[in-house]
Amino acid sequence: MEIFKATNVVKDYAGHRALDQVSLAVKEQSIFGLLGPNGAGKTTLIRIINKITAPDQGEIELFGRKLKASDIQHIGYLPEERGLYKKMKVGEQALYLAQLKGLSRHDALKGLRYWFEKFEIQPWWNKKVEELSKGMQQKIQFVITVVHKPKLLIFDEPFSGFDPINANLLKNEILNLKEQGATIIFSTHNMASVEEVCDHIALINQSKKILDGQIDAIKEQYKQDIYEVETSAAHDVTAEFSRNGFQLIDYQLKGQTQRVKFQLVEETPTNVLLQNLMAKMEIRSFREVIPSMNEVFIQVVEQANPKKQAHA
Amino acid sequence: MHKSFLILKREYLTRVRKKSFIILTLLVPFLFAGFTILPAWLAMQDDEEERTIGVYDATNQFGQRFENTEFTNFEAIPKAEFESIQQDIKSSKYYAVLYIPEDILNTNRARLLSDKQVTFDIKNMVGGKLENLVESDKKAVIIDQSGIPDLEEKLQAARTRIELETIKVDEKGGAVKSSTEIAMAVGYAAGFIIYMFVFIYGAMVMRGVMEEKTSRIVEVIISSVKPTQLMFGKIVGIGLVGLTQLVFWLVLIFLIVTGLQVFLAPDQAEFIQQSQSMMAANPQLQGAAQENAVLNIIDLVGNLNIPLILTSFLFYFLGGFLIYSSLMGAVGAAVDHEEEAQQLMLPVTIPLIFSIIILFPVVKNPEGALAFWASMVPFTSPVIMMVRVPYGVPLWELLLSMGILIASIYGTIWVAGKIYRTGILMYGKKVNFKEIVKWLFYHN
Repeated sequence: MEIFKATNVVKDYAGHRALDQVSLAVKEQSIFGLLGPNGAGKTTLIRIINKITAPDQGEIELFGRKLKASDIQHIGYLPEERGLYKKMKVGEQALYLAQLKGLSRHDALKGLRYWFEKFEIQPWWNKKVEELSKGMQQKIQFVITVVHKPKLLIFDEPFSGFDPINANLLKNEILNLKEQGATIIFSTHNMASVEEVCDHIALINQSKKILDGQIDAIKEQYKQDIYEVETSAAHDVTAEFSRNGFQLIDYQLKGQTQRVKFQLVEETPTNVLLQNLMAKMEIRSFREVIPSMNEVFIQVVEQANPKKQAHA
Repeated sequence: MHKSFLILKREYLTRVRKKSFIILTLLVPFLFAGFTILPAWLAMQDDEEERTIGVYDATNQFGQRFENTEFTNFEAIPKAEFESIQQDIKSSKYYAVLYIPEDILNTNRARLLSDKQVTFDIKNMVGGKLENLVESDKKAVIIDQSGIPDLEEKLQAARTRIELETIKVDEKGGAVKSSTEIAMAVGYAAGFIIYMFVFIYGAMVMRGVMEEKTSRIVEVIISSVKPTQLMFGKIVGIGLVGLTQLVFWLVLIFLIVTGLQVFLAPDQAEFIQQSQSMMAANPQLQGAAQENAVLNIIDLVGNLNIPLILTSFLFYFLGGFLIYSSLMGAVGAAVDHEEEAQQLMLPVTIPLIFSIIILFPVVKNPEGALAFWASMVPFTSPVIMMVRVPYGVPLWELLLSMGILIASIYGTIWVAGKIYRTGILMYGKKVNFKEIVKWLFYHN
């Protein structure tokens, strides 16, 4: 079931169209990656979902009906640019922000206690925020984002500023939240983490959605008939790949093993290809090279912006 | 509404609990009392030390005629003793020695010798006594020469001093004793307090908004509440902080003044009695103060329309604060850095500063055209109308000014809200007025 749906959303700022006919659908209890180069319009879209700003055209639906003001208490948002009141004590501040999300004081205290214990950060309760390191502040911001048990969570670059251990802790918590029924929109430039956690992605470039789908399907879509073969043949096999519709991409010799990466010029069924190769050399391994999300991202964005250098 | 209240509560409590706020709120009334009342009280204290002053009179005309006062005795001393004492006043019994030279009638000069600095009061007292003695001797000679025996009384009778009483006649023809000085003092003080609070607390709103913007907490908050709720809570919360401080100051100053009065009451009664007996003894002073000055002031303050003044004060205090703090909040939202804020603050505060500049002309002529227009324009009326109210302002003028202010508050908050909503999420862009005007037409 789709928990969130945007249909033909348009948002204009003076002389600049931030979103142009963007449509998305996010399935319940999934992690949706919202990708795109800087300035593509991701933050604008996220702000529209949070009701911080309103679209000029188009429809936003949450839980199968039109998004309304009171929905923001079912949304948890961790912005990319995030901060806290520096002079305020951690506990007091967390309580305040949780209450702003609509929790009663009692529920807020209960929820915060649970998370502070889970992260083992109870000793910070009475410290001022300015006494904490940046990573510690990020943890508190994460707690504040999830304490009201939102059904829809939006994380914008959640791992920035975390060391690998804490980033891992956070990733597991995000996966846990999904297990418990939350739906997550995840915006990041870190493609490795996208591949790890996302089920589905959409890529926004220059205000338009240019790519949308299941991660595996997208990778499948962007594979370029590239294969990698390892052989223990005694002779140099490169000659075999320099003709007959092959294009040699990479060649490595390691001891007795030759590793060859090549692209097919003409489409050939994999099994036929393998049979051809088996006739010519001893195969140690054979695999089709599937592009990483990072490669897909660069390829798609560079295709869309042929002149400008894309910032991945 | 509930969320606005949460915001208001935080804005209020975090500021009221600050040490600097508590110290300032408690200290200022004491400083005020210290700087105004204490010196007056200390000046009233009698010097109660017993002193003896030796008088060596080379003319032999005045030496015996010095009258002792309550704590000071005069003793005439012969030349020989004076010469010996002169060497060593310290070991003598005299606090000081007055030397009246032979030619005093021509030179008007005498000397008061002491081993230490003679106190101001003693110097005045001794000088005054000698002056009176010399003057009366000179007068006696003139009266003798003129041949008019009651010349002194006649001159005395010609002395004139006029006491001008100001009476305000109201529409019903009733006369109310008024005091221009009191109305001026009350108006000036009220106008100045409004100016000060609007400035200080308006800037506090601006800094509060900037803190939220630069610390980037604002994005978290406005995913929970509407920007207008945030702005509303902040302005009202900080306004209440200002009101709290003002109320504390007024109550504390009142308590301190009353406390000091009770504490000083016996002395004061004595002082009044003393001054009255002094006047009786000295007919020259009688015209100057027929009534007790303190009672007179209380009487005149009582004649001011205090409920009207208090209501208008509260109204213009809040009105001025709302109109300026919403604009300053918008400035805080529009900028990234303190320096940019200073630049944009200037045009916002110019009308406020202007109202302080024209404060004095308005106090001098509260019915003039400048006073009238400045008390209608909503950006100057909080200060200027408040200056005029104690003098008595026609009701229609007061209501018109209040109406314009209320309408302008709505308009200003609308404009400020637009700027605020756009500016608060805009980073890394140097804004100018053209840019800000564009924001007014954004559809958020």
